[in-house]
Amino acid sequence: MSTDNTPPDSTDRMPASADPAQAAQKSSRRDFLKAGGMLSLSSLMGTAALMAQTDEAKATVEWAEHFQKNYRLMTDDEKNEARIRLERRHSAEYGKKVTVDTSAAQPGVLMGYALNIRKCIGCRRCVKACVEENNQSRGTRPGERIEWIQVLRMERGEFSQEKMNQGYPEGLGIQVGGNAYTPAGQVLEGQYHYTPEAVPEKDATYMPIACMQCEKPPCVKVCPVRTTYREADGPVVIDYNWCIGCRMCMSACPYWARRMNVAKPVLPKDEMNPVTHYLGNRPRMRGVVEKCHWCLQRTRQGRYPACVEVCPVGARKFGNLLDPESEVSLILARKNVFRLKAELNTFPKFFYFYD
Amino acid sequence: MRLISFANDYVRYVLRGSTKFYAWMGFLSVLIVGMMYVFYLQNTEGLIVTGMTSQIHDGLYFANLVFLVGVAAGAVTIVFPAYVYHHDGMHKVTVLGEMLAITAVIMVMMFVFAHMGRPDRLWHMIPPWGIYSFSAMLGWDVLVLNGYLFLNIACGFYYLWAKYTGTKVNNRIFMPLVYISIVWALSIHTVTAFLISTMPSRPMWFHSMMPIRFITTAFAAGPALIILIFLIIRKNTKFWIEDSAINLLSTIVSWCLGLAIFLTMSEIVVELYARTEHANGLYYLMFGLHGLTSLVPWFWSSMALMLTSFVLFLIPSVRTNYKRLPILCVMAFTGIWIEKGMGLIVPGFVPTPIGEVTEYYPTFVEWLMTAGIWAFGFFILTILLKGAIGILQGEISYGSSQAASAE
Ligand code: SF4
Ligand code: SF4
Repeated sequence: MSTDNTPPDSTDRMPASADPAQAAQKSSRRDFLKAGGMLSLSSLMGTAALMAQTDEAKATVEWAEHFQKNYRLMTDDEKNEARIRLERRHSAEYGKKVTVDTSAAQPGVLMGYALNIRKCIGCRRCVKACVEENNQSRGTRPGERIEWIQVLRMERGEFSQEKMNQGYPEGLGIQVGGNAYTPAGQVLEGQYHYTPEAVPEKDATYMPIACMQCEKPPCVKVCPVRTTYREADGPVVIDYNWCIGCRMCMSACPYWARRMNVAKPVLPKDEMNPVTHYLGNRPRMRGVVEKCHWCLQRTRQGRYPACVEVCPVGARKFGNLLDPESEVSLILARKNVFRLKAELNTFPKFFYFYD
Repeated sequence: MRLISFANDYVRYVLRGSTKFYAWMGFLSVLIVGMMYVFYLQNTEGLIVTGMTSQIHDGLYFANLVFLVGVAAGAVTIVFPAYVYHHDGMHKVTVLGEMLAITAVIMVMMFVFAHMGRPDRLWHMIPPWGIYSFSAMLGWDVLVLNGYLFLNIACGFYYLWAKYTGTKVNNRIFMPLVYISIVWALSIHTVTAFLISTMPSRPMWFHSMMPIRFITTAFAAGPALIILIFLIIRKNTKFWIEDSAINLLSTIVSWCLGLAIFLTMSEIVVELYARTEHANGLYYLMFGLHGLTSLVPWFWSSMALMLTSFVLFLIPSVRTNYKRLPILCVMAFTGIWIEKGMGLIVPGFVPTPIGEVTEYYPTFVEWLMTAGIWAFGFFILTILLKGAIGILQGEISYGSSQAASAE
């Protein structure tokens, strides 16, 4: 993966998806040419629906989508059909040309992320950019607003001469505590709902968190239908069409990285980001779980995740861990680095560092 | 041929009943209709109609699910003494225990449906259409639960079938199935305990005491419910259940209740002595955290119920008094329902792994769904027990209906 910032070359990358109708014809011709009639049920229905231009077609598309296979088990043809189905449905729904990328992991790439906690000023521009980039729900009812990044605000602690002889619990006659009995620093008891007049605040430090893209992800282990899994280039992704919404993964994640779509996501047409990836930011449906995927729609095209791009102080670094010259690799080699909750052996690929 | 007449006689016997019977079934049906409506609501609007959030995403449904697995496993407290200790009083009523197990497992399945975000996709778990994951405890749980359902249907209905036709039970097939189902009963609750106790992300649940605690509470709540059912049967039907069976069950309840209380106390001491961050969940449950205290009354009422009923269970004159016994059983049952349901599941999510403290309030939708599923459970339980008792008493038997119509 290159660490430069060139936008994806959109003209030659998405010929098949640019015009859904044309793509449909192509794929149907290919299907007809296939000898032996070994078509799966869903591919038959999908193809039929794509050829027809009626109202019925929409229903059939949804029907086919409902019975499609787990993404990982699909053949390339089936992936293509699934993609075309989605592009069609979303383009109609949001009134613009929506593309759904299905590009796979590149060999020789292992994505990694490093965050400089000394630099973060707690402005939460990353939180906002993430929501806009990744088509999260922005409703107002409780649970309908979804954010993948939390910036935890940490107290600096408050120590004073007068408290020298205070104990805890007070009044029992035994002193078991003292001045330092105040929370301070990285205790993961941080508050992410804060409304400062200006950032950074004098008495606080900040610690942004999101999915750590664990190398040994507990969320993957507990998923009963294996719909969430680690991609070969690192990120842990979800096939939203296969998730049954059991929420086991949400219980198992030690970083509270996953969110439930308690209702159909609220995604205004004009705010919808039409450049999507199948395993990434394509619009989700009611009842499934979602989380950060390191902007697959960008990073698979050689771009930075949205949060890295927007960070005003450059606290966020992203790159290829397999390339010893990449910025992340150099940080891991030279800076003081730690992983969050390292004792749980989840082996995050999201590192914190300070100079 | 005989199978058809079995089904025929069974259904006809079960459908006949007094006004009281129809009133009971009618009342349950109303709740069941309510449940269907909220199920529809949940699957069109989404889980937003429940009190669950991304912070606390398992609630009343999951709590009931866990509890009912215990009730299902609790049926083994009848089967085990009957076949291993050859307890005669129990032997007569084993089938009733199996009927209870069948009901409880069906209710568990319904709570699974209620809990899921996408119940329409549950086939994704079933091969060959779906994917079965051997690493997921939930997969194992569904597997052992279905196995247990099958075993109980097989044992229970085979026995009834033999009674019905007047043939002898073939012990070479029957006994192995019974022994397997005894071990299996332990497995369902163990796996359910593993479901939540294998996640270090939730320190409140992450301890190896969970399976044994589940089993002791199950063997207290299960038999408590069975005693209640037995007393109702004795009162309302001609079927007589021996005192010895009921007394044995209340002994089992007392000891298992005592063990359960002991385990809870141990947990409290271990967690609160050191009082690390990992004890926050328990602390929230017992005293509240950051001023949020919605679970505190639940916890203390469950403690009071369990302790009082335990003390009373220990007094022989109370235990063997069948006017007072039902009160004790209701207390123990409710106490455990709270402790193992709301009191165990919800504080697992408070605080969240990043330290956020939020509260969970079940909505009307959730209460109605829960009530509806329990009503459905009682509905099938009534039918199953009525049919089973009819057969055990010889009121339904092969040839009797023909004889009756010939009269
Ligand atoms: S941070 Fe949580 S959601 Fe992300 S990979 Fe790790 S366990 Fe899974
Ligand atoms: S909620 Fe979805 S992704 Fe999470 S464990 Fe269940 S099926 Fe897997």
